[in-house]
Amino acid sequence: MGRSTPYFTGAAAFLASGLAFAGEGAVADQWKWLTFAVFGGIIALTMYITWRASKRVHSTSEFYAAGRSVSGFQNGWAIAGDYLSAASFLGIAGLISLYGYDGFMYSVGFLVAYITVLLVIAEPCRNIGKYTLGDILAFRNDPKKTKTIAAISTITVSIFYLTAQMVGGGVLIKTLIGIDYEVSVIGVGVLMLAYVVFGGMVATTWVQIVKAILLVVASLVMVALVWAPYGFSLPGILDHVIHDDGIQKEVAKLLGTSAANMTPEELGQRFLEPGLFLKNPIDQISLGMALVLGTAGLPHILMRFFTVPNAQEARKSVVWAMVIIGGFYVLTLFLGLGAALNVGPANIIALDKGGNMAAPILAQYLGGGADSMMGNFFLAFVAAVAFATIVAVVAGLVLASASAMAHDIYVGVIRGNHATPNEQVTAARVASVIVGIVAIVIGIAAKGQNVAHLVGMAFAVAASGNLPAVLLTLYWKRCNTWGIMLGMLVGSFSAIALVMMSPNLTYPKTVIKDATAVLDGTPAKEAVPAKASEGFVCELFAVCRNAEAAKPAAEAKPGAVEKLATLNQKIATLTDPAELDKAKADAGKLEKDIKKAQDDLKKFEGQTTNLVGLEKPFFRLKNPGIISIPLGFLMVILGSLLFRDKRAEAMWDELYVRQHTGIQAEGAVAH
Amino acid sequence: MASPQPDWAAIDRDPRFQTLHKKKTAFLWGLMVFSIVYYFLLPVGAAYFQDLFKVKIWGPLNVGLLFALSEFIVAWVVAAIYAKRANREFDAMAAEIARDAHKIGGSK
Repeated sequence: MGRSTPYFTGAAAFLASGLAFAGEGAVADQWKWLTFAVFGGIIALTMYITWRASKRVHSTSEFYAAGRSVSGFQNGWAIAGDYLSAASFLGIAGLISLYGYDGFMYSVGFLVAYITVLLVIAEPCRNIGKYTLGDILAFRNDPKKTKTIAAISTITVSIFYLTAQMVGGGVLIKTLIGIDYEVSVIGVGVLMLAYVVFGGMVATTWVQIVKAILLVVASLVMVALVWAPYGFSLPGILDHVIHDDGIQKEVAKLLGTSAANMTPEELGQRFLEPGLFLKNPIDQISLGMALVLGTAGLPHILMRFFTVPNAQEARKSVVWAMVIIGGFYVLTLFLGLGAALNVGPANIIALDKGGNMAAPILAQYLGGGADSMMGNFFLAFVAAVAFATIVAVVAGLVLASASAMAHDIYVGVIRGNHATPNEQVTAARVASVIVGIVAIVIGIAAKGQNVAHLVGMAFAVAASGNLPAVLLTLYWKRCNTWGIMLGMLVGSFSAIALVMMSPNLTYPKTVIKDATAVLDGTPAKEAVPAKASEGFVCELFAVCRNAEAAKPAAEAKPGAVEKLATLNQKIATLTDPAELDKAKADAGKLEKDIKKAQDDLKKFEGQTTNLVGLEKPFFRLKNPGIISIPLGFLMVILGSLLFRDKRAEAMWDELYVRQHTGIQAEGAVAH
Repeated sequence: MASPQPDWAAIDRDPRFQTLHKKKTAFLWGLMVFSIVYYFLLPVGAAYFQDLFKVKIWGPLNVGLLFALSEFIVAWVVAAIYAKRANREFDAMAAEIARDAHKIGGSK
């Protein structure tokens, strides 16, 4: 992966790299029945939940908000189920197993994000809202204008997020059990549609709860097995980490020439120190801003607060969600370290360059290995949990998009709130089917595409477009329709535009250069001294020179073609069977590298610019938040100050009193 | 809404609501600013204070790892502090205002 690693979330690494893994799945054929049995069991359970739920879903309040009768504790689990995607489970555990400290640091922002949700978003939104982001923004602003823009934003954010999940899910299922990508995508789509269309928010909530429980239980069991040999002592396991030969070798590889003067123990200790993966501090701060402010602007998370009876339960649900999500991320530290210790970074990379197979392969190891029944049962269970994760997350996203389409656009804007209850439920179901089909089509169309930037884009748009609008309409009297329109448009578009010009995208020239280096090798290079930056702007945009670290001199490296030829000559002379096997395996790897490099060259032959017409990134960061978030806030303020909106100001007292007291908040449906 | 609307402006002016508003604003934004500053100390420390993050405290356990773990603890503590105060104080104040909503300033 190296310098070009997309690192927005674990998802990024997870999605971008899984594509390279070919083969017929991590589960051997003789154990496939076990995998299907576990998958079947979990699918049957969710179908039973949906069948039960379908009998309870009649009104719009039941379809969109589960009758507002979900308890705070249940909703806490459901939020965790909605939020913990396969990217966190597989991606972050994988990053920790390969890069140690930096992988763990990554997960912190995902928890801290809920402080924003808890303190300033959840309760006011519950008190004044109904089903959607649009309802919150329309409270004291022009309803048609704000509902339209909120719906567009909701659908945009959800489709970005959803595409990443669909593509990631398809790749994951293929990697784990060898089912075709298209079949997996259709399977995920059809299952998720069944939950949403028949069971609405009731079924979606319970599927998310079940999935969160399975995920936490699976992780707890694995961590107990990993940690027990070290007597559940933190320094105990860390001590083994720093003395582990495989980890030391991996660190030496990551550090390159600067590792030459380090003792093995120093190399091991380096695994527990920052800087092996995350190299650009400004980019990290930009990412942190998008995480901490974006989560509170994600429509599918906001929607969950309408499922509880009142603001107190909304508060309780965030606190529970923080306990579960935080606890889970602490567990990933041990999953990652456990995989590094027991499986070894080199073996994890061999299966998947982004490390996504770390947790599944660790599960197989803990159960007894690749040839044991328990090992394969563990692997199957983890694979099924990952699958359930994708389905549950996608269901929440589809419900959020469908509510924006049916409730905001159809009922609110087109019908001017005059639709009958029956019409509203039908509209919600039809919208769900439309979004579901779109999700499947996009999932299949995006096969093999670089979608790593999409999750980042979803968080960035939520933080730059949605959050400033929600926050300022709740807490700033002068905020009005015009501010919200301007802020959401400029915030969202700037976030999207910056990502489209960022290093997240594929650039043909870079691909061709890398592929050529793989095939033909690289010539010897002289040392290059460090270069100073020409200013802060240069760190963001490619208009002037940014800071560059000094590069040590490098020796010429032979290309894969040359290495393969040498190796083949050697194979002809080898007689020892063990050595011969190893040489043949190495030759196989080289052949694969050559094939991939040749495919890349063919794919990008003659191209110099990418799909947005750039030869190289114009925006130097991978995360746009540091620019687009302040811009979003600024535009809401500017729009509100430039144009007056009497209604928005007249309604301020009502909004402010109601968000703090819960007077006239939407109540629960009695059952 | 079948029942008559409360007089929102009068409730907003009511001293009890003003007290709730003032207490909540100072408390919430105080916690919010503290949490955000504490969070960003992590990437800033990891990037610019690596020597400090590398200092070993307990066996191989270093400052950086402890600091990352402390982020979890701090997030949980902030949540607990807020939930406790809101449950004990803010909810009762809000309930009282809600109960008297129609009496304050008379209904429109």
